[in-house]
Amino acid sequence: MAPFRLSGTVYATLLNHRRSLEALGDAVAAAPYHGAPKSVVLAVKPRQALVAPGGDVRIDDGAEALEIGAALGVVIGTTACAVAEADALGHVAGFLVVCDCTLPRAGHFRPQTRAMARDASCVFGAEVMPRAQVADPDALAIRVFVDGVLAQAWSTAEHVRATARLIADISDFMTLSPGDVVLTGSAPDGPRARAGAQIAIEIDGVGRLATRLAAGVAGMRA
Amino acid sequence: MKRARVAYSGAIHEATPAGAESIRLADGRVVAESDVVWLPPFEVGTVIALGLNYADHARELAFKPQDEPLVFLKGPGALIGHRGATRRPADATFMHYECELAVVIGKPARRVARVDAMAHVAGYTIANDYAIRDYLENWYRPNLRVKSRDGATALGPWLVDAADVEAPPMRALRTLVNGRQTQSGHTRDLVFDIAFLIEYLSAFMTLAPGDVILTGTPEGVVDVGVGDEVVCEIEGLGRLVNRIAGDAEFGRGGTASAQGAKRESA
Repeated sequence: MAPFRLSGTVYATLLNHRRSLEALGDAVAAAPYHGAPKSVVLAVKPRQALVAPGGDVRIDDGAEALEIGAALGVVIGTTACAVAEADALGHVAGFLVVCDCTLPRAGHFRPQTRAMARDASCVFGAEVMPRAQVADPDALAIRVFVDGVLAQAWSTAEHVRATARLIADISDFMTLSPGDVVLTGSAPDGPRARAGAQIAIEIDGVGRLATRLAAGVAGMRA
Repeated sequence: MKRARVAYSGAIHEATPAGAESIRLADGRVVAESDVVWLPPFEVGTVIALGLNYADHARELAFKPQDEPLVFLKGPGALIGHRGATRRPADATFMHYECELAVVIGKPARRVARVDAMAHVAGYTIANDYAIRDYLENWYRPNLRVKSRDGATALGPWLVDAADVEAPPMRALRTLVNGRQTQSGHTRDLVFDIAFLIEYLSAFMTLAPGDVILTGTPEGVVDVGVGDEVVCEIEGLGRLVNRIAGDAEFGRGGTASAQGAKRESA
């Protein structure tokens, strides 16, 4: 396999869990949103945010707690530009576990780069599970543990856009390249953790990731 | 010093100006500027863009100025060079350019104080950061479907050394569509100035050489159509030329469904 990890651009999908909008209730229809999103909603994870497998998440820079966003990461294997949903999974090399830590956010109206692009905030699992070994990326159980205690559990079956639809919709306006990683989304209200916390994320059939929130950690590629 | 990166005769070269319509490659060849393919003028790292950073433009869009910078990031596929073509999808009804001063980081910046910030700047170039307003929605606005489209952010033609530009740059900027001026402004009217932005950003994200900050656009955005030539100018930095292309040139549209023609997988 090519050296996919950390070789491309990382995109996080936002609001891709069905409960994300349900949790907002009537606010979805009101100002400032005026209705549910129609297009896929994404944020770029910049290079200095990325942490190599085995590394720690940085939690200084004024943050008391970070929200732990577990996500299934899709590793792109071949260039995907304007691909059809039926062909989209053919562009996927494999899957990995991702731990994307952000400042807790209030609202979703504006991009929140300060909360979401922090140094050393997005950790990749060590293994890329080849696509052929993942029977259905849209039916994977995800569990988040904080200090060994189960803090959140959900399934990729709860996503608004399944993996193939997501890749197709992104590739309609933005070419995905080999080595790019698309995080397919996190469940809302991820557990919050403070400095010193040990985080583990398991995705059945994909792998397990362990990390720690620590002060003074340097970003992998800063 | 002004430097460009161009493709010519099978290789990528650094180039410098050589008269009005020629450039000099690092290997000594002088060639017509129209005979090269212009690339973004430096190896681009993270692309950081500002929204609503001119008070007049914010008013134009009926937004009150922000109390915190409106910052979003783009993917690398958005970038193209001088004299490139940007696609206008057939279903767009309002696609506009945005002429912006682009600030290129030259040395790592982490927790940099405002007074020290300008020392981290390598130089400046011009950005034309297109937006398609039809695709704006109110979730993480403006989101990537509007702001990280393939080929919809032009950079260039030159990277102008910070040493050759006053700090901060006080320059007029304007856009011409088919030779007619449609946008004009001045960098003195930035809501959040360059030093503030470097301090603000470097407090949570370490800036690295090659990272670029697109500082926002003033008022005067108008719809552009297929075939239009769009020129963004900043006083003393140069003129960045771009052409609007239609779907057909990109193999889009035509016979397929309302979703647009999806290519068959290879």
